[in-house]
Amino acid sequence: MNTGLYKYILGIADNCLILGQRLGELCGHGPNLETDIACTNLSLDLLGQVRSYYQYAAKLKADDSTEDDIAFLRNEREYVNVLLVEQPNTDFAYVMGRQFLFDAFHLMFLKELQNSHDITLSAIAKKSIKEVSYHHRFSSDWVKRLGDGTEESHSKMQSAINDLWTYTDELFHLTEADEEMIKEGIGVDTPKFKDEYYNHLTDILEEATLTVPESKYFHKGGKLGIHSENMGFILSDLQYMQRTYPNMQW
Amino acid sequence: MSDEHIKNLEAQFEARIARDEKIEPKDWMPEKYRQTHIRQISQHAHSEVVGMLPEGNWITRAPSLRRKVALLAKVQDEAGHGLYLYSACETLGISRDELYDQLHTGKAKYSSIFNYPTVTWADIGAIGWLVDGAAIINQVPLCNTSFGPYARAMVRVCKEESFHQRQGYEIMLKLCQGTPEQKEMAQDALNRWWWPSLMMLGPTDAESVHTAQSMKWKLKRKTNDELRQQFIDQTVPQADILGIKVPDPDLKWNEERGHYDFGEIDWDEFWQVVKGHGPCNKERMTARINAWENGEWVREAAMAYASKKESRKTNTAV
Repeated sequence: MNTGLYKYILGIADNCLILGQRLGELCGHGPNLETDIACTNLSLDLLGQVRSYYQYAAKLKADDSTEDDIAFLRNEREYVNVLLVEQPNTDFAYVMGRQFLFDAFHLMFLKELQNSHDITLSAIAKKSIKEVSYHHRFSSDWVKRLGDGTEESHSKMQSAINDLWTYTDELFHLTEADEEMIKEGIGVDTPKFKDEYYNHLTDILEEATLTVPESKYFHKGGKLGIHSENMGFILSDLQYMQRTYPNMQW
Repeated sequence: MSDEHIKNLEAQFEARIARDEKIEPKDWMPEKYRQTHIRQISQHAHSEVVGMLPEGNWITRAPSLRRKVALLAKVQDEAGHGLYLYSACETLGISRDELYDQLHTGKAKYSSIFNYPTVTWADIGAIGWLVDGAAIINQVPLCNTSFGPYARAMVRVCKEESFHQRQGYEIMLKLCQGTPEQKEMAQDALNRWWWPSLMMLGPTDAESVHTAQSMKWKLKRKTNDELRQQFIDQTVPQADILGIKVPDPDLKWNEERGHYDFGEIDWDEFWQVVKGHGPCNKERMTARINAWENGEWVREAAMAYASKKESRKTNTAV
């Protein structure tokens, strides 16, 4: 098995899985029906992408593994999503803030991944870009709406951005698998668009009348499997059926 | 308007319905027709939206990615149904805020079935199979109801509900073809959802207060008891295919009637839940009220932003 490629795929897909799971928690509890439907859409798109990635990863493993084994049967330390996506749905400002900070990265990432030498990854990227462009438009519009809405929404949006900002740097950390895949022309050299990412965030936040956080302190660990305390609870739900009833078909 | 004039309009109105013409929002209609439709359509919309909760309860725990995606899409469909039913209702001159207020204050009802808890994964299968199954039986005749916006909404709702029902049945089938533990889970779900599903088709004809008027306006084409019989006749053979047993010792095929005979429904339980004392009435209402109240600042922000944008546009234009 191409271990580097397998790990690389998990690095992309786990973000989509955990964010999709978080958004799934909100279904039926949104501020109105329209946003409820939209957030479910984000979740559905992300989980659709997850399935493409894990099916590919399962094929690479060349044993009997399925997409579900990869999604549900790993231990916490084996999930390599960034810390940002596991942050809780504190309120709608956090949900949209988390989404925006991730979407902006995700879109730039997929634009590069389209050019991957790996044709499967390139195909998944091409399909996903359309979805993620919409996600990005949706979340940045909401950041603007909340930032430049009422005093209350402004203050909530600012707190969310301040708190979540500290998780953005990790998006650009490179694992060994990342470096290996970049060398092979398969992976995306994310640090190359780091400045562009932060410039873009600055533009949107300024338009939203929000202050760009100045914090130089960032959190990290997710990409190496060292997660926040949230992760165990996310996995308890996610894995509940597969762990309680092992080896069954659903 | 003189009494005679109104009588004239009423006669014309009834004649249009008798000719199977659709009544549209801007057409003249008797006040009672309007009120009855607001009541029924909003009750239907509320049921869709409250109905998201028991199933939403399993989204984060769905057993496979395929099931998770299907469940999310299903619950999202229910939100969509709520949305266009509320819109249909709004054409009758009531706002969505007022409708929500009626739900949250307990003035408006929603389907009692959603006050039962979903305790295992099999409940998701049972809801699709039985609850959506009963809903379809209730709703298919409404595709021809007299009020245009409701009839058109029902066409789409029924198509999606029928997909949901197949999806639910497929969950049950998979469980029944699985391990003994899975089959037991399916049987347990049928045991718990069977009677509430029969109750879902409404009180017996003798107890139903709205039936006569609703039949006249084609808001109802069959009585509750007829619909219930149709549901039972259709569902029992499906349970046979699954190899699980309907929890009714009196259930028996009646050759002479060409229908299944069935046991006594516990109407005390039905009225208990309708009156707000079911297992999850409080939880469901609290969840809806919380979502609405916690979302207030978001909705206000969206309005404030839109008006700022509008006034900026006007200023630039000037």
